[in-house]
Amino acid sequence: MNLVATAAVLDDDPPLLSVRGLGKSYGGALGCRAVSFDLWPGEVLGIVGESGSGKSTLLNCLSGQVAADAGEILYRDRMGATADFLTLPEPKRRALLRGEWGLVHQNPRDGLRLRVSAGANIGERLMAQGARHYGDIRAEATGWLSRVEIDTARTDDLPIRFSGGMQQRLQIARTLVTGPRLVFMDEPTGGLDVSVQARLLDLIRGLVDELGAACVIVTHDLAVARLLAHRLMVMKGGEVVEAGLTDQVLDDPHHPYTQLLVSSVLQV
Amino acid sequence: MNAPDTGYNFAYLDEQTKRMIRRAILKAVAVPGYQVPFAGREMPLPYGWGTGGIQVTAAVIGADDTLKVIDQGADDTTNAVSIRRFFQRTAGVATTTETEKATLIQTRHRIPEARLGEHQILVYQVPIPEPLRWMEARESETRKMHALAEYGVMHVRLYEDIAHMGRIVKSYDYPVRVNGRYIMAPSPIPKFDNPKMDRMPALQLFGAGREKRIYAVPPYTRVESLDFEDHPFEIQTWSEGCALCGATDSYLDEVVTDDRGGRMMVCSDTDHCDKRRAAGHSGPMAAPYGETPR
Ligand SMILES: Nc1ncnc2c1ncn2[C@@H]1O[C@H](COP(=O)(O)OP(=O)(O)O)[C@@H](O)[C@H]1O
Ligand SMILES: [Mg+2]
Repeated sequence: MNLVATAAVLDDDPPLLSVRGLGKSYGGALGCRAVSFDLWPGEVLGIVGESGSGKSTLLNCLSGQVAADAGEILYRDRMGATADFLTLPEPKRRALLRGEWGLVHQNPRDGLRLRVSAGANIGERLMAQGARHYGDIRAEATGWLSRVEIDTARTDDLPIRFSGGMQQRLQIARTLVTGPRLVFMDEPTGGLDVSVQARLLDLIRGLVDELGAACVIVTHDLAVARLLAHRLMVMKGGEVVEAGLTDQVLDDPHHPYTQLLVSSVLQV
Repeated sequence: MNAPDTGYNFAYLDEQTKRMIRRAILKAVAVPGYQVPFAGREMPLPYGWGTGGIQVTAAVIGADDTLKVIDQGADDTTNAVSIRRFFQRTAGVATTTETEKATLIQTRHRIPEARLGEHQILVYQVPIPEPLRWMEARESETRKMHALAEYGVMHVRLYEDIAHMGRIVKSYDYPVRVNGRYIMAPSPIPKFDNPKMDRMPALQLFGAGREKRIYAVPPYTRVESLDFEDHPFEIQTWSEGCALCGATDSYLDEVVTDDRGGRMMVCSDTDHCDKRRAAGHSGPMAAPYGETPR
């Protein structure tokens, strides 16, 4: 039984994020449909399912990368005000994405500025929020490089020269530096060597825990989901077929599709 | 109205085009630092020659104006001479090299050293009007960034300078914030001239021909150069004064004096230098005033 998730669910606090009836189709093709869930502060929600099941579409709708065509995304901000992300005016949406929200792309190259130094990549969000003391910005940047286990001697190097694993860790530092309350990650360990994956997962788990950020993580890898997520949503053909506490879903799956997913993992 | 010796309209542009440019200028003055698009005209000069500035000048110049044109601070370069001639011919206006006597000054690369007054307009020729372009290629995105004042990337650039070089090395076209709002590219003037833009009594107009943008800084408007608290904005300084007039507070250019590697530092603003020498100031390399050709 996952204690953190239980505590969160039992808490009287209203959810941080309430998604209702979210849907998106690409022309005639279904991306995702009728997705509803709540996310509480500090909670990590995993979205699992086979390739093409709509996980990325859902995450992209949630994080404003793709325009949803149905539903609501109710977000309760730092001031306690709740608004539908989908109908917020663009300036407010962009301000959220720069401040209270964070997005970690599957491909770190999509989330980094490859032509400025690692330090500047981390400092950008701070500067965008008004930080104007070079020494402080740099101290934050090197502090975060250490936290994501990148040698601070690389602070002034361009990320284009980093390995894939380092780029991903840099992207995570760049996103978390301003202490976002809600973080979206799409296959954060996808495309990395297995040897690198485990360490990165530990790192993500530690940081998310430490910052108390709520997190929505997309993964096709159930081992990743078990390690990181308090709760899971299982997607198939664009719809959520099962949801619950991670251990319950993985150890006692109810939906036949989930049973198939779990058993195929066990066979590997 | 026709100009004296040409078949062209006064100041070359037709009245309808001038009205269109004036509307853009009014808008630019109303929203200091904001780049207003305008339907630029083809001018009888290539783009690099300041067609944006020329169109702005043509739209605001009147028959009783006195025009000064400078390029790198000098009135006698090819570019400055051809623009001055262009308006002499097409508008029949008086021209001058003396900053104080000019009512309209078109410039490339410099702001005159003499403090400008309320009766004057300074027109800048701008090659690249968009200060965010280096980071963001999409025009739709830079427009949004300006609209929402998303200016974090401007400091990223200064951060990079300090990280790699230990100080902010950007020395021309140094970005400024106008009236506490829009970030603006001041055109390739040296950062030495940035403080002169701040609360300048003269109206400052900027014309970019290729990109078809006009922007403005109205008189007495706040213009701040971007910086960090612990790396404050600084202007260029020199260890010695002007070799000809001895000025220690003007922008100096290095000039080659012979074919044996001889060099000296002299005022880039030739009018300023001449005035000082006429008033009896002199530097180490100066022959008595009136005897050295410049
Ligand atoms: N940009 C797109 N245009 C058209 N169809 C798309 C696009 N992106 C995803 N799809 C389709 O939507 C469905 C869900 O895809 P996706 O959200 O990428 O799934 P997952 O991330 O689970 O692999 C798939 O059928 C996919 O082909
Ligand atoms: Mg995907």
